Amino acid sequence: MDSALIPEGAKRCSFPKFAIGIVIVGAVLLWGVFAMGLIWWKGLNQTNMNDYYGFALWIWADLAVIAVGGGAFFTGLLRYIFNIDELKNIINFAVIIGFICYSSALLILAIDIGQPLRGWFIFWHANVHSMLTEVAFCLSAYFAVLTIEFIPNILENRQANKVPFFRHLAHNMHGIMAVFAATGAFLSFFHQGSLGGVAGVLFGRPFAYREGLLIWPWTFFLFTWSAAAFGPCFTLLITKITETITGKKLVKDNVVNLLAKISGWMITIYIIAKIIDTIYWATVTAPSLGFNISHFYTNNGFYGYWILITEILVCGLVPGIILIMKSTRENPTLRLIAFILGVIGICLNRWVMVLQVMAVPVMSFDTWALYFPSWQEIATTILPVAYGIILISVTYRYLPVFPQEAELNAVEPAAETE
Amino acid sequence: MFPFNFEWAWDVGHAIFFGGFWYAISIMGAGMAYCILKAALDTMNDN
Repeated sequence: MDSALIPEGAKRCSFPKFAIGIVIVGAVLLWGVFAMGLIWWKGLNQTNMNDYYGFALWIWADLAVIAVGGGAFFTGLLRYIFNIDELKNIINFAVIIGFICYSSALLILAIDIGQPLRGWFIFWHANVHSMLTEVAFCLSAYFAVLTIEFIPNILENRQANKVPFFRHLAHNMHGIMAVFAATGAFLSFFHQGSLGGVAGVLFGRPFAYREGLLIWPWTFFLFTWSAAAFGPCFTLLITKITETITGKKLVKDNVVNLLAKISGWMITIYIIAKIIDTIYWATVTAPSLGFNISHFYTNNGFYGYWILITEILVCGLVPGIILIMKSTRENPTLRLIAFILGVIGICLNRWVMVLQVMAVPVMSFDTWALYFPSWQEIATTILPVAYGIILISVTYRYLPVFPQEAELNAVEPAAETE
Repeated sequence: MFPFNFEWAWDVGHAIFFGGFWYAISIMGAGMAYCILKAALDTMNDN
């Protein structure tokens, strides 16, 4: 039915099977859209946010998708600026994942601000003393970069590529992609960092507060580095999931191992810095503000030392070590475990830096403030996941996302497409 | 509050924030303009 749109030499499932999958995921998406409509229609009273939790599930989801979407800017930097040629085989997919993550982040923000019609205020009445203004500027501009990076892949669709103008446009955009990739890296450095900076400058929240360099707390640099370190893990994890669902090998092992190795070293360096930062904060910064480390991890039903150990050791140090050692990195099972742990680790870090910060009692009369999101918050957080699955399915079906697919899955000419 | 009230001030903060923002937007705009114009010229040369 749609075989004319499917990339040449690629085999895809039948259209009805594809459509059924899209309809199932689309139902989840509609559930999220309904919740989003409720929030826009009735307001933020549809959430469980309160005076303690002005930043809640959405901001965690926002920070998490931006962190895991960091694979796009870092892979782009490695491919176009450091000229690592092998990564051309995964850069399209990294860009698509980044596009999904950043569009999701912007969608979540549009829900979270409560008054989306006033979203443009941040550009027009900018508070230039706020790190969040920097985040908004860089996030919007970087989404434009990702869109530009995504366009050539769309224009390479079998039918679109027959139009001479589109073919030339895609070719020309590829030619100067390094300029866009450099712009993306510049923007990402600042918005990833500023998201960390927001937590680090909260001197009224001793759990988050950090010292730093000039105006930038250490969390600024930790956030940027961690996004670059764990982002490729997410790209490789989604690649593996796509391979499992499609039953095909889409990227050669040497490409996966190369990106995994770079990611492993980045994670290891990050986690050493994170351990040093945590020790300094626990022994110097927090005590100077009148708090012991036990204050942040005891006397409540959820936030114990387990979360610190899980984030830093289990989901930081372990994946880092697995990915830097050749023998473990080249073992597909261990490599997959490292990707999963890495993605959990970065999401846990963002959870801690958003929600545990809000939960910890600060005043002597305060108690731990635990929070559970409303169904509307959960639905609108699952919405981007459904949107991401649909976009990946559509792009995989109709665009030449994986340059090595044809070589790795040679098909008989008669059975080229279903 | 209103679109005609653009809150601009000639200070370092505004210069850095908006300078960086428009710098990035300008690079993207110039890059895309170059690609589109070149693609149009290449298409005309094909014919």
